[in-house]
Amino acid sequence: MKLTRTVDRTIRYLLLGSALLSVFIVVLIAIFTLIEALPAFREIGLVDFLLNPVWHPLPDDPANSEFGILGMIYASIIVTAGAIILGVPLGIGCAVFLAEIAPEAIHKLVRPAVELLAGIPSVVYGLVGMVWLVPLIRDLFQVPDNQGFGFLASSIVLAVMILPTIINIAEDAIRAVPESYREGALALGSTHWQTIVNVIFPAARSGIVAAVILGIGRALGETMAMVMVIGNSTEFPVPLTANPLTIFLARGRTLTGNVVMGLNYAAGVHRSALFATGVVLFLMIMLVNGMARVIVKRWSYKG
Amino acid sequence: MRRISLVVFILVAMLVTACGGTTPTVAPTTAPTAVPETTEATEAAPVAESGQHISVAGSTTVQPLAEKLAEVFVAANPDVKIDVAGGGSSAGVKAAGDGTADIGAASREIKAEEKTTYPDIVIFEIARDGIAVVVHPEVPVDALTTDQVRDIFAGNITNWSEVGGENQPITVISREEGSGTRGAFEEMVMGEEAAITDKAIFQDSNGKVRTTVASTPNSIAFLSFGYLDDSVYAVAIDGVEATEANALSGAYPVVRPLNMITKGEPTGVVKAWLDFILSDAGQAIVKEQGYLAVK
Repeated sequence: MKLTRTVDRTIRYLLLGSALLSVFIVVLIAIFTLIEALPAFREIGLVDFLLNPVWHPLPDDPANSEFGILGMIYASIIVTAGAIILGVPLGIGCAVFLAEIAPEAIHKLVRPAVELLAGIPSVVYGLVGMVWLVPLIRDLFQVPDNQGFGFLASSIVLAVMILPTIINIAEDAIRAVPESYREGALALGSTHWQTIVNVIFPAARSGIVAAVILGIGRALGETMAMVMVIGNSTEFPVPLTANPLTIFLARGRTLTGNVVMGLNYAAGVHRSALFATGVVLFLMIMLVNGMARVIVKRWSYKG
Repeated sequence: MRRISLVVFILVAMLVTACGGTTPTVAPTTAPTAVPETTEATEAAPVAESGQHISVAGSTTVQPLAEKLAEVFVAANPDVKIDVAGGGSSAGVKAAGDGTADIGAASREIKAEEKTTYPDIVIFEIARDGIAVVVHPEVPVDALTTDQVRDIFAGNITNWSEVGGENQPITVISREEGSGTRGAFEEMVMGEEAAITDKAIFQDSNGKVRTTVASTPNSIAFLSFGYLDDSVYAVAIDGVEATEANALSGAYPVVRPLNMITKGEPTGVVKAWLDFILSDAGQAIVKEQGYLAVK
């Protein structure tokens, strides 16, 4: 008897320990990044760092270097928005199909395919994007100075990469809607489609919104594949022609891309500025995740 | 069964990415990479002196090569410890001259004033690094002058018709800021005044640059000699073709020496390592890393 109680208590402490460890690691990373970023914030100044559109690190001439990430914040937002516009309808459509419509046999085929999508290494997405998608976009639009590398290619790659996140969470949310809701709606004469739109969506909305927001977080933070197809130009992104939509064909550099591009060689303020870029990214993702928590709480369906 | 095919797929995918030349970016740390097959041939012979320490500091271009040369040497002489640090070429000359490091590394010629400041330094050229200017294979331009190259990369010349090609816009592709290849290119071609245009497509490895040039019509980039192949076309610079022979003879203009510097004639384990670097085995590693051998 006594032994089992000891075992019980030990296991409880072990579990507590592992929970605390993950919190500890997050705090540690945050502190480390912040400490490394401090010299940059001090030397460059927060306002100049966030609002200067010019990024010119000169390794041999630190005094004339410029470190502004406005263009990268802008690029990150454009790419993420593009990924959401393309990925969300597809993901939610797939989730509805899997949860509500798909016969067992098709479900058994689609579900593992979605899981496989999540298992493909990021660099493979990038490679396919680079050798196949980029030339396709170039040839399709035929806009001067559009070489295929840019926001559209990145958004498409990211849209595919966030699909598993969106599908999995949205499907779970839809499946969590009590069966009695469906039966009630159908009994009142709704068609299957009316039931989905008017009953199931509202009941599952907090979960679906959470799926979208976690997708945004994933798209903001994704690096490897995106870096390979976005062009990484430091010029502030502008539409290529008079048509404002050609902004999606422009090249740019995202926050994550900036860190990856520079970190191999950077030293001094340049290196610190890359950590500062990381801090900004960290804050943006925290904001997005915080939004997800609030929305899940507030928007939960209360009948 | 599904799991097996997943594993196979991932293995194939890794193989593909490795062939794409992207491996350095996937694993940018200096963790010991898989020992290449050629190690058998390039293995260093053990030396008598052991239990010693060599410190290297300087050029970040020489750094990865020095690390590789150190790795193979230490494998044969497990008691020797070699530390390779960065800092830049000037710091490398200074470190050797002041004696703060056993060996200083510099990826450029040693300047006259440096030789005056540190009269007792001895210079060993361990390799050469040639940089080719490459274009998409369908670009009908096969020779450029240094000035034209500078103006193209600075964004002053933006159409191929200005340098004897068709009426097509030029797409500039470059390495990221801080890259050793880019640093060398800027030093030897761009000079003090001109900077590479912000409009350029930036890729973070020689392999990705090559893939991008090969798949992008009307593009131009610079590439280490070690990465040249049929997928891109290397143009002649100032009338000299980008070949290994021209680089070694000094005719090709965009070549720089990779130097290691010691204070006074090296002795003991430092001499043993430098001898190894300049031996056939050491020079084989130099070639394997994509540089031009000097012996």
